[in-house]
Amino acid sequence: MKNINFLIVGVGGQGTILASDILAEVGMLAGMDSKKSDNMGLSVRGGSVSSHIRWGDKIGSPLSMPGTIDILMASEPLEGMRSLHFLRKGSTIVANTYRVPPMLVSTGQAEYPSVETIDKAMHDAADKVIAYDATAISLEVGNVKTMNIVLLGTISTLTDAPVELWEKAITKYVPAKALDKNLKAFHAGREKG
Amino acid sequence: MKALLSGNEAIARGAYEAGVQVITGYPGTPSSEIVKTSAELYGDEVYVEWSTNEKVALDAAAGAAYSGKRTMTTCKQVGMNVLSEALMYTSYTGAEAGMVVVTCDDPGLFSSQNEQDNRFYAMLAKVPMLEPADSQEAKDFMKLSYEISEKFDVPVLFRSVMRISHCKTVCELGERTENPKHLDKFPRNLPKYNCTAMYAVPMHAHIEQRLKDMAEYAETLPINRVEMGDTKLGIVTSGICYSYVKDVWPNASILKLGMTYPLPQKMIKDFASKVDKLIVVEELDPFLENQLKIMGVDCIGKEYFPPCGELLPETLMDIALEKGLLDKDIRAKAAEPHELPARSPVLCAGCPHRSTYYVLAKHDVACTGDIGCYNLGAQPPFRAQHTMGAMGASIGQLHGMSIAGVEVGCCTIGDSTFFHSGLAPLANMVHNESRGCVIIMDNYTTAMTGHQDNPSTDYRVLRTNKARKIEIEPLVRALGVKMVKTVNAFDVKEVEEGLKECLAYDGPSVLITSGACFQIHKKIERIFEVNTDKCIACQQCFKAGCPAIMISDEVNPKTGKHKSRIDPTLCAGCSVCSQICPVKAITVKEA
Repeated sequence: MKNINFLIVGVGGQGTILASDILAEVGMLAGMDSKKSDNMGLSVRGGSVSSHIRWGDKIGSPLSMPGTIDILMASEPLEGMRSLHFLRKGSTIVANTYRVPPMLVSTGQAEYPSVETIDKAMHDAADKVIAYDATAISLEVGNVKTMNIVLLGTISTLTDAPVELWEKAITKYVPAKALDKNLKAFHAGREKG
Repeated sequence: MKALLSGNEAIARGAYEAGVQVITGYPGTPSSEIVKTSAELYGDEVYVEWSTNEKVALDAAAGAAYSGKRTMTTCKQVGMNVLSEALMYTSYTGAEAGMVVVTCDDPGLFSSQNEQDNRFYAMLAKVPMLEPADSQEAKDFMKLSYEISEKFDVPVLFRSVMRISHCKTVCELGERTENPKHLDKFPRNLPKYNCTAMYAVPMHAHIEQRLKDMAEYAETLPINRVEMGDTKLGIVTSGICYSYVKDVWPNASILKLGMTYPLPQKMIKDFASKVDKLIVVEELDPFLENQLKIMGVDCIGKEYFPPCGELLPETLMDIALEKGLLDKDIRAKAAEPHELPARSPVLCAGCPHRSTYYVLAKHDVACTGDIGCYNLGAQPPFRAQHTMGAMGASIGQLHGMSIAGVEVGCCTIGDSTFFHSGLAPLANMVHNESRGCVIIMDNYTTAMTGHQDNPSTDYRVLRTNKARKIEIEPLVRALGVKMVKTVNAFDVKEVEEGLKECLAYDGPSVLITSGACFQIHKKIERIFEVNTDKCIACQQCFKAGCPAIMISDEVNPKTGKHKSRIDPTLCAGCSVCSQICPVKAITVKEA
């Protein structure tokens, strides 16, 4: 299997750490060396969050350098745009288009970049951009917390790891009573890939 | 069996496999998950507690280790300052069974007030120190720590950093080995355990000899190892920096130190003699570099690498290219960073602290602050917590403000922090006839670090274990505070009136703002909405600093200012904004 450097970015409370746990688990289940690092800090209180995940034959650092990320998963568009310098040339972005304005924007002290601005910046940085409203899909599935699992579904189509391993990792990390909805969300995301 | 474990989970696992019997600690990022994991996974076989502070935690561990039990005590880097007095005497005494002290440092200040480098505590206390580079090592080194502790009769300092504690890497699990030791009685061994001068004089001579013996032991310890590669460049490194070095210089010769105090002098000199140029790659202070230089080893460290922040792989690569230590850049950047609105953390919707900081900001009350979520009261729009330095410091600083006589002020401190270090300074205020209002923000938990218990909660370690709760109001009355008020934290008027009364009182006063942390119960019984027709766009509600309140597209034609709206998916229904609104435009949203 290929060596892949992933970066997941989002807003504290969106559940990006769960997504990074699942992604790192899939790497290990696929027989690769797998490492991950979460930037949490005070992030649970609505700050920016990011997680580095690396799959490879033998991984050194759990952190990827700017200019070396192959796949960026953005749970929130502004956070996606904030992280574009991490991408290497020829990379792929999977992004949620649902916006969560930061306090500076919600109180009128700063402007959220336009849809066109974000779209252009993403296309300038990556070879392939798959952007859609994952929050809307998660609401259709019946649980807004599955938004990241929808995006992971799309990510899964970009790797060689068999779908059963993804399902196994999701089963390990999500609460048993929410498993059905999460698997539904995962497969809805695969449709977007 | 293989598992993907965080460094903290691996530390807990390693201690478990090593036969640990007693685990104590005080929560602090990035260390908190060690005790949590131990309680959740191994709580049936191991005694686990959150102690009231780090020193209490290590004193308790010492008493248990004197009684023959293997112990582990955990803290974050600044918690080590509190714990250090107990580390100093346990270094003198040793114990009847293994003692390990885990410090999780925070280079990069992800959730801390400083970047102190706790490796110096090993030197100060003359105890051995181990530093893992990933989760596998965290687990293996933990087992080795108990061996070293029992072999040399010494507490071992185990140092992690945020990038070890909060990273997950693949780890091979092992079996638990039980401690064979069993004591029937607490030892009456005064020369060993009573650090009175008469006994401490020979103890000191003993630990100096012990340090020499441990340095000799370090020479053959397999976790100090040489990986010879290209001899043009030799790198001495340890911990997380080792993993970065492997990415940046895959071909260089490396001396990887697993035990970073005391150092294997012969091994280091031998390695230095085999390479053309020697660099030391370490985060924060020149701890290794200085020791190498004292040995007479020619090396470069902080001359190249910064002492502040994390030493990230990209920083190392930039410096390596600039200094000619590398000729190829592996990066292919696709974009430059964009200038974008920052996303700072804020008090949660439904937070019981909101009303207090709103009131303090409104009246511009001088406020010394403490450590917890409530430090977000220093963020806009409040900017109402004017200092923050150490656990419990807010009360001592308020007393100092009173002595100086510049202003009658207040301080803000949470329930857990109050029990950690607030009792002594409050007694000091009473005894020395100070003036000022101590606001104890009781949210019934240790919120910021993940809702651990403390003496004012009715559970211990795990939420399911019931425990005796110590009521704060009778406690502060018993300390001699005459003016004590308890108010509902979600009632802005009650908080405001209570504060006014306390500030007017000629003496020390305590205002307890009582309200549960929203993240514990997450119950939303109603939500609020802005009646746009009534809203005059005064934007007073923005002063509540609530993430659910946002500007609306509607504008007041007279002022040109935007009206507000409430995001129904974020509102927690606490009603603070509706109490603040001067025209009663914010009301319960009809279902």
